[in-house]
Amino acid sequence: MSALPTAAERAAVDGHLGLPQSAWEGGEERPEDAVLAEGGFRASQDRRQHILPTLHAVNDAIGWVSAGALNYICQRLLVPPAEAYGVAGFYALLSLEERPARVAHICDDVACRNQGGNKILSDLEGRSDVHPSPCLGQCDQAPAVFYQRAGEADCVAVVTDTDQVIKVLEGGKPEEVPATVPQAGDPALRLLKRIGRVDPTSLEDYRRAGGYRALTKAIDLGADQVLSEIKASNLRGRGGAAFPMGIKWEAVARSSVTLRYLICNADESEPGTFKDRVIMEGDPFALIESMTIAGLAIGAELGYLYIRAEYPFAQSLLENAIEQTRESGLLGDDVDGSGKSFDIEIRRGGGAYICGEETALMNSIEGHRGEPRNKPPFPTQAGLFGRPTVINNVETLINVPEIVLEGGDAFAAIGTTQSTGPKLFCLSGAVATPGVYEVEFGITLDELVDLAGGVTGSGSIGAIMLGGAAGLFVGEDYLDMPLTFEGAQDRKATLGSGVVMVFDDRTDFADLSQRIARFFRDESCGQCVPCRVGTVRQEELLARHCGGLPWEDELFEDIAQVMIDASICGLGHTASTAIRSVIDLGLLEGSRG
Amino acid sequence: MADITLAVDGTEVSVPVGATILDACRVLGKDQPTLCYLDNLTPVNVCRVCVVEVPGNRTLVPSCSRPVEEGMEVNTDSERVRHSRKMVYEFLASSVDLSLVDEETVDWMVRYGCDPDRYGPQADPVEDRDQRVAGHHHLGDGSTAETVHQPVKVDNELYIRDYSRCILCYKCVEACGEDAQNTFAIAVAGRGFDARISTEFDTGLTDSACVFCGNCIGVCPTGALMFRSEHELRLAGMWDEDDQTVTRTICSYCGVGCNLDLHVQDNRIVKVTSPMDHSVTSGHLCIKGRFGYEYVQELGDLAVTPIDQVLRRARVPDRDSSG
Repeated sequence: MSALPTAAERAAVDGHLGLPQSAWEGGEERPEDAVLAEGGFRASQDRRQHILPTLHAVNDAIGWVSAGALNYICQRLLVPPAEAYGVAGFYALLSLEERPARVAHICDDVACRNQGGNKILSDLEGRSDVHPSPCLGQCDQAPAVFYQRAGEADCVAVVTDTDQVIKVLEGGKPEEVPATVPQAGDPALRLLKRIGRVDPTSLEDYRRAGGYRALTKAIDLGADQVLSEIKASNLRGRGGAAFPMGIKWEAVARSSVTLRYLICNADESEPGTFKDRVIMEGDPFALIESMTIAGLAIGAELGYLYIRAEYPFAQSLLENAIEQTRESGLLGDDVDGSGKSFDIEIRRGGGAYICGEETALMNSIEGHRGEPRNKPPFPTQAGLFGRPTVINNVETLINVPEIVLEGGDAFAAIGTTQSTGPKLFCLSGAVATPGVYEVEFGITLDELVDLAGGVTGSGSIGAIMLGGAAGLFVGEDYLDMPLTFEGAQDRKATLGSGVVMVFDDRTDFADLSQRIARFFRDESCGQCVPCRVGTVRQEELLARHCGGLPWEDELFEDIAQVMIDASICGLGHTASTAIRSVIDLGLLEGSRG
Repeated sequence: MADITLAVDGTEVSVPVGATILDACRVLGKDQPTLCYLDNLTPVNVCRVCVVEVPGNRTLVPSCSRPVEEGMEVNTDSERVRHSRKMVYEFLASSVDLSLVDEETVDWMVRYGCDPDRYGPQADPVEDRDQRVAGHHHLGDGSTAETVHQPVKVDNELYIRDYSRCILCYKCVEACGEDAQNTFAIAVAGRGFDARISTEFDTGLTDSACVFCGNCIGVCPTGALMFRSEHELRLAGMWDEDDQTVTRTICSYCGVGCNLDLHVQDNRIVKVTSPMDHSVTSGHLCIKGRFGYEYVQELGDLAVTPIDQVLRRARVPDRDSSG
């Protein structure tokens, strides 16, 4: 392929990577270029990780990535064009075809579709600048729209009618809504205490509200003692897998390999989940402080913060927070006078749910397709760039300052023995006051729904989705279930990422379950056969049933079982659970046909 | 280092550190089905047909890439294993044209009782697979089973790409890349069910980085990548493997000494392969060894003339005029 970049495309690439240093990487021909070859295997390994940020730079500036732009990126980064094409095409938000300068991605996922998302999409049907989108993490304010605008920053807006979308597509300015939490001001809050109360753009305000006391204490305690406190806290991961954080940290801290990495997984994409966004938008410095404590404790000098592309507002606040903390010496070569260095680099996803899977996320950072890796080896052994890596979810990390300040034992006293600490839940759907709620582990589902003002809509619960699309639907008989890891496990349920989405008894569950089947098919990376084909066969089977044919239970079980048993990663393992639960609850019996 | 002892289906076996479960199975003579695994490529463990059950693991594990551990207990024939293997084969057979897979694969499919028809009639071929974008697909009514069926790509004289037969085992990508040729002309593009092997922007091979070594053909397990000669003979109904002879020789182009297996039908070379276990090639060749055989068939009667007569004729000063 010999296509050349336009001047604007070249400028976008060079604006991100700097000017090319030789003709070998696409610069002006110099006499020495004729005799001295540059590049080679090692350089290509080093540069590859810049491919996704560089693709973003072009997509942001031009609106799409042409063959010429892709060729130039490949020349600059020493990446084969076929591979770069494979990487670019993996992400839903990078376009390899020319498209309008402004594009609206309208959420029609489980929360938004019946709260206006579907209507806006059907109003705008046929437009080349309008696409349906999986969950945008704005379920508390549905429906949401994510706009990509060539030459301008991406943004997310919550809309009330179709005209608002048209106005933005025609050049208008969308309104971004600051994060709020319904419990703001409640003195019992630990994780959410600053949100809505403290200016998320000001380090000074953050410090005045108690920020960075934990880092100071952590430096005084030393890495070993911080590790002990984390282990004593018994904190389990909040991303969905509930793995004990102390075990991960210790494995990496004790590794014989000294170059290690920390990753904050902010690729929050599980339908119904928006807690991490609220934290990042409302209290970004807390996440930076938490990552810094973690980095020092495990002996990592660089932390990556991988945030989904659909959170541009959170990203800009985090960029500001990193800049301010660097200037104040709280990040960099000598963190707060500790003599240790730690810094944070933000990486933006590209519209791929699978990149929230930890090893897919690592491949994405490294510049490969976001395909999950086979485990073992686990990230603590061989993670990012093959090095020992701790990867934690946003919510998991922001518990760290609390643990350092209160002490691991005191933290472990919160909640139950097996589920310690405060927990965030994402309440949405048919509740009076949707939002992120902070509670102590052990509260029942009933109490949590009451906290959000009770059931709205018809007033009667049809089903509650727990844990997102990868979780399951439960009926009213689960209202007495204590919300703990063990409580959920006892009832064969899951807390997952903390989604509690309430649907009233007038909900069209056939439509809802088909949306979930579509989601998993769309988001499967396609690497392994069970998930790549299984998600298609599952969607087809469900379509037949919703079209009026009898439910094929044996076939469904066969499909579900191979996805659970033989898929590489959690996407395949959980792709059938929500649909299974809809069937088991008999929710399709009334609405079929 | 000491060997590692494990049990496969109750039988103890000792294998070196770093060996895989598949290696251990093979030591015991219990071969496992594989599709994406090949001895001369790095395991990618994506097809999942070699999965086995190992207590202590929540899910089944791919035997081709999981290293053995001391005391490991491996079950290669449990109900769960048989189910997953059957389903993988069924999923592939219901969405891909598997009519050219080897007999061993057919045997495994029969053994596991595959019934690819139970997903409904297969959907018709489509032309837009290379244009599909990640995260969006057309929603059908489930009356047909979606497939990867599409037109054959014929864009050069040497080989064709029939992606209706592609099971996405990644072998060709590996052979084109770091495992053999280091050319990187093809990669996996798209996502999910629309993932596919592609050059950049689906450009034709002659415009891509392809060097036509044909190593991708050598590793393709389903006939998706095929000599153009074979493709055309098959279309004409003239491809007859029973009538073919395979003659091993050494490539005459350079001094490396690659072994060639010449597949000959009706006294014509119709395909060239190289033995996988050959120490020089590991089954891989270059464009000359794999495709540069036409001159042999253009020699006319020279090809069957004894060499001394050929040389004697060559010494005749006016041989050009003698034809």
